[in-house]
Amino acid sequence: MDSLSHTPQLVSGLSQGFALFWLVHVLGVLCFAYIVYRRLIPLMRAQGDLRFDHPLLRLKNVLKYWFGQWKHLRYKTAGILHILIFSGFILLALRAFTVLIVGVKYDFAMPGLSGGVGHLYEVVTDYAATIVFLCMIFAIVRRTVFKPARYEVPAKFGKAHKADAIFLLALIALLMLADSLFEATRAATLLQAQSPGSRAYLSLPWVIEVFLVQSSAASIGAFCFAGYLLHEFAFYFLLCYRPFGIQFHVETSLFNIYFAKLDREKLKPVKWGVSDQQLDQVKSFGVKRFEDFTWKQMLDFYSCADCGRCSDNCPSHAAGRPLSPRFLTIKARDYAFRRYPMFGKTGNGEALVGAIYSEDEIWSCTTCGACEAECPLLVEYIDKIVDLRRGLIDDGNVPQSLQKPLKALESRGNPYGKLEKKKGDWALAKDFECQVKRLDKTPGANTLYFVDSITSYDDRMQSVARSTARILDAVEEDFGILGPAERDSGHDVRRFGEEMLFMALRDYNVEAIESAQVRRIVTADPHAFHALKRDYAGLPPVEHISQFIARKVRSRQLDFKPADHTKVFTYHDPCYLGRHNNVYDDPREVLDAFPGLKRVEMKRSRDRSFCCGGGGLMLFYEPKEEERIGVQRVRMAAEAGANVIVTACPFCMANLEDAVKVAGLEDKMSVIDLAELVDRHIARPVHPSSEKVQETPQECAIGR
Amino acid sequence: MEILVCVKRVPDTSENEIELNEAGNDVESDDLVYSINEPDNYAVEEALQIVSRAGGTVSVATVGTEEDEEVLRRQMAMGATHGILLTDPQFDGSDGRGRASILKACVQKGNYDLVLTGVQAEDGAAQVGGMLAAMLDYPFASLVTSIEVLGDRKLKITREIEGGNKEVSEIDLPCVLSIQTGINEPRYVGMKGIRAVQSIPIPAYGASDLGLSSGETGAADAKVTRLDYFVPALGKGARILRGSREENAQEVAELVAAKGGLR
Amino acid sequence: MPRIFAYLTHRNGVLDDSAAELAAAAKKIDPNSSPTAVVVGSGPQLDTVCAEIQKIYVEVWKISNPALSYPNAELIRKALVKVVPSGAITLVAHDHLGIDLAPGLSIKLNAGYVSDVVAVEGLQANSLKLVRQEFGGVVSTHVRCEISSGAVITIRPGSFKAAADLSSPGAVLDKSAEVGGLSAGRRYLETVVAETSDVDITKHAVLVSVGRGIQEKDNIAIAEELADALGAAVSCSRPVVDAKWLRKSRQVGSSGKTVKPKVYLACGISGAFQHLAGIKGNPFIIAINKNPKAPIFQVADIGIVDDILEFLPELTNKVQELRGVAAK
Repeated sequence: MDSLSHTPQLVSGLSQGFALFWLVHVLGVLCFAYIVYRRLIPLMRAQGDLRFDHPLLRLKNVLKYWFGQWKHLRYKTAGILHILIFSGFILLALRAFTVLIVGVKYDFAMPGLSGGVGHLYEVVTDYAATIVFLCMIFAIVRRTVFKPARYEVPAKFGKAHKADAIFLLALIALLMLADSLFEATRAATLLQAQSPGSRAYLSLPWVIEVFLVQSSAASIGAFCFAGYLLHEFAFYFLLCYRPFGIQFHVETSLFNIYFAKLDREKLKPVKWGVSDQQLDQVKSFGVKRFEDFTWKQMLDFYSCADCGRCSDNCPSHAAGRPLSPRFLTIKARDYAFRRYPMFGKTGNGEALVGAIYSEDEIWSCTTCGACEAECPLLVEYIDKIVDLRRGLIDDGNVPQSLQKPLKALESRGNPYGKLEKKKGDWALAKDFECQVKRLDKTPGANTLYFVDSITSYDDRMQSVARSTARILDAVEEDFGILGPAERDSGHDVRRFGEEMLFMALRDYNVEAIESAQVRRIVTADPHAFHALKRDYAGLPPVEHISQFIARKVRSRQLDFKPADHTKVFTYHDPCYLGRHNNVYDDPREVLDAFPGLKRVEMKRSRDRSFCCGGGGLMLFYEPKEEERIGVQRVRMAAEAGANVIVTACPFCMANLEDAVKVAGLEDKMSVIDLAELVDRHIARPVHPSSEKVQETPQECAIGR
Repeated sequence: MEILVCVKRVPDTSENEIELNEAGNDVESDDLVYSINEPDNYAVEEALQIVSRAGGTVSVATVGTEEDEEVLRRQMAMGATHGILLTDPQFDGSDGRGRASILKACVQKGNYDLVLTGVQAEDGAAQVGGMLAAMLDYPFASLVTSIEVLGDRKLKITREIEGGNKEVSEIDLPCVLSIQTGINEPRYVGMKGIRAVQSIPIPAYGASDLGLSSGETGAADAKVTRLDYFVPALGKGARILRGSREENAQEVAELVAAKGGLR
Repeated sequence: MPRIFAYLTHRNGVLDDSAAELAAAAKKIDPNSSPTAVVVGSGPQLDTVCAEIQKIYVEVWKISNPALSYPNAELIRKALVKVVPSGAITLVAHDHLGIDLAPGLSIKLNAGYVSDVVAVEGLQANSLKLVRQEFGGVVSTHVRCEISSGAVITIRPGSFKAAADLSSPGAVLDKSAEVGGLSAGRRYLETVVAETSDVDITKHAVLVSVGRGIQEKDNIAIAEELADALGAAVSCSRPVVDAKWLRKSRQVGSSGKTVKPKVYLACGISGAFQHLAGIKGNPFIIAINKNPKAPIFQVADIGIVDDILEFLPELTNKVQELRGVAAK
């Protein structure tokens, strides 16, 4: 980009505004600095967060998600729009700075951008400004005419954000216009002096130049001045206005993505830097006041772009529960703005639940993770919900419907209040021919089958346990169960905020597993799978039964009889198997190994899978909702043309089977667990143990 | 307002299967999980809510042995300030009246404005509160479903009576009230709270601390003794249908129709 | 043999059913006894009630006092202490008033106390052998009560078959003067009548009643579908109201409504006494419960051991078929 020294005709006009321009610069910068400082105050009062490790990994994330806009195309139209706008901004950055400086230092030119490179840059940025300008127009039309549903603001969450959005879009368009005007005056001046003008044909600056070149030098000078001032005002106004709304993400997104969580599946501890043993000394658990959030959680609030993609994929929101992740963030952000204003007193330490959140809102979350999977800015939700729940639990503010199972977990180790000694009784069923080793009585086996609570005690789910055992038996796996020595994995206890009860369950289980002396662990319950794999430490490798079966299929140890050709199957990805643990293909591979099995995919599958309604403790909670989450999911299966839903999670099974009844689709849809389906179709000769006559459990244990 | 809540540790009916032992004369106690008697829990919550509005402290007391301390601790984790264990070999085998005498001595040892109990415990006797009040000569009300503190050492209380109706009365302090379930929503007591009170000392008062002579408590002085537990020989009882679900449903539908049940 | 008294209750001039039951209980304690009824109140209503009592009891002690126009247990206790001789056995019905009155009365009379008695085994020297229940009716117990200084015993309503009327009416004695003035630390203010909801379960001939076994609020719809098919109403036991799944007006039981239907379906209801106390008129009871040992099967006519969440929809289908509604 050439400095203004090439167009001295304009300098005299501009020099009239020297003082004014300088004033605007100084005020603008000071204003912005002050605003940023005020915005940082709550972060300085916030809890600590360990986010300064692995700088290279973090830079890689920045490259992928910030620079590469990796998540944006999950929504095509908005994604393309944003990529264009973002690229435009990146490209225009240097130009914007040059324009700002050149009004007070006329011979300034960006180093490295003179001569041929500079001209190329000019052309590119001319088009960039044009594209951004057109995108603004398109975006405004989209907001006013097409009105995508996810931008709507339900009445209970306040007034619409549309006016503010359009205002900002218009402002950016104005900025582009001002910039183009300024460039056009320089190009026109050059043209009038027989030098080449704009080379970016049909760009905005070019169009303006076409009009300007016919004006007098004096007019052009006036337009130059106007364009410059307009640009300066627009630039600084935007700069100082952005931190008051969703556009703050322009500044904060880079940091938000840099500091984003590296391991999504490691739940935030009660307090960073406080070990389990030291927890007794922490006076208050969880987030009760705004200042209990960590600085990164607050940065998340600032960085939200109000795009609504999270809520668009949130099953609770779709069912009409009080929770909407987008508004969880926006309300917190508005709270921060309100309680930490530009002038005056800051913070008042009031309880968030009651002030901006309702209890039902916080309990409604199924922790499915769909929101986090969507968010282009990598805003984190699950940790915040868990932290808010920890606060509620700490204050004793728990609905009676959840108190009962929690109390039962404490006294009996399972949420149903069933006797510990009956935990292994599913294996003693009358017509169940498989002998299941009891590792609490006789330790030592290759594999531990961790059954967990619902599969052990629930009459319906016990069939999944028996199917799983038969599958393990069929491939001659040396396995056993813990029986009464097994406690609930504590997965949901932790996610519902009862951290210490979780720790008690975990410690008990770890000891029992260690005593069992096994080399691997397998489970048919994704919640247990997730807990054992991520929340526990020091355990042997953990696998889900679908992964186990897939391996056996690949090594030809399991063959299947043909599937029912009159049925159409669809696989529902359980949240804690798919989205949280990336196990998508193994269950599908298993299904596709059934000869003649017809399988369809639902529109929402894999990491876009729609939660069944929540498992574990969520089965006890009574949410206020308009339609059951599970019912919506069952309808999706019907829409895809399926009449059998296969799932690999007992909670999905419970919710979906229930939903089939509520939706009145009993004749048209059935639900089956993957293990059950596999068990019914094993083609290889069944393991001889079913033909053995009288065998004591002791013999069985040694024999395998 | 100083409030004493008398609590009892009982087998938790929702997490136990109450069965007779092999000898057939007592309840099988091997696997039982114990917790606070549910109405007592509501009483403690009510007491906590009253002092949060009117100031004061909540104390919890129980008659028993060391095993019963856990229930006192849990209520202290909930928010009660003091826990009192009333224990003495002399107390063993006391009947309701004996227990009420022990509690009476405990009340008189302190300076309480209000004494609460749960309406009844697992034995369904619903007696201790009323007896305690009569021994202390305090006014009494049972089946209380709401308490409002009026000025001037008075309370406005509501009792639950037949037909779902409510009886509203005024009662003078100090008094004894037995609390019905559903009066409030008891707060959750988490593991953290329980751990925090694990090592708080709980005073234990015996017969001499309470000034109780041997004639007032214990098995020898009990007027009422439980002789055994049994399950009565099943009388005629219901005719149990033994068909498939569909067959049973069909038979029930026909029976209902026959009895004029289709309207 | 100690003298036996029965404290009787009444409302709006109508004698409570328990009056005859207490007389029967007294006969079980001592077949040779002629129990004395004690009744309190004021005004002409009290006299109406006494006339009814005379048909059952040989001697009726009437205590009339304006302070007793509303049955305030605190005042009643003071009155009774003045007239009941020491060493007597006093029977009271185990209801809301009994729970309020009897324990304190036993202390003031220095008598033994046994509550909620369901059967009398007999008198042995100086003690009575009685039967009670514990743990919500799951187990029964034999209890011995020493009666050397008398006893106060509350009787579970419905446990004793009402005694037959006397061949000639008994006599009424006015004991009001012996009682004199009364005051207490608890004063009655008013009675708040239970809210009437859209549905008055006391007016329905068929009730589909749900208990804890319905498991969650959303499942109530299953019961409602059955009720619709039958032309019945949905009622419930106490835990369902405590969990706020149905309004209090739907509760059947001693602290809820008393119903007199023709047909009563007890779905997922264990059969605790407090619930059964609300069912009068000997309806045809069908019980469905997962637990074969549930006490409800003792009182029901027909029993099905099954999961109500599975059985009720099936039953709804069958009822609809019977009605001629095309199957779905």
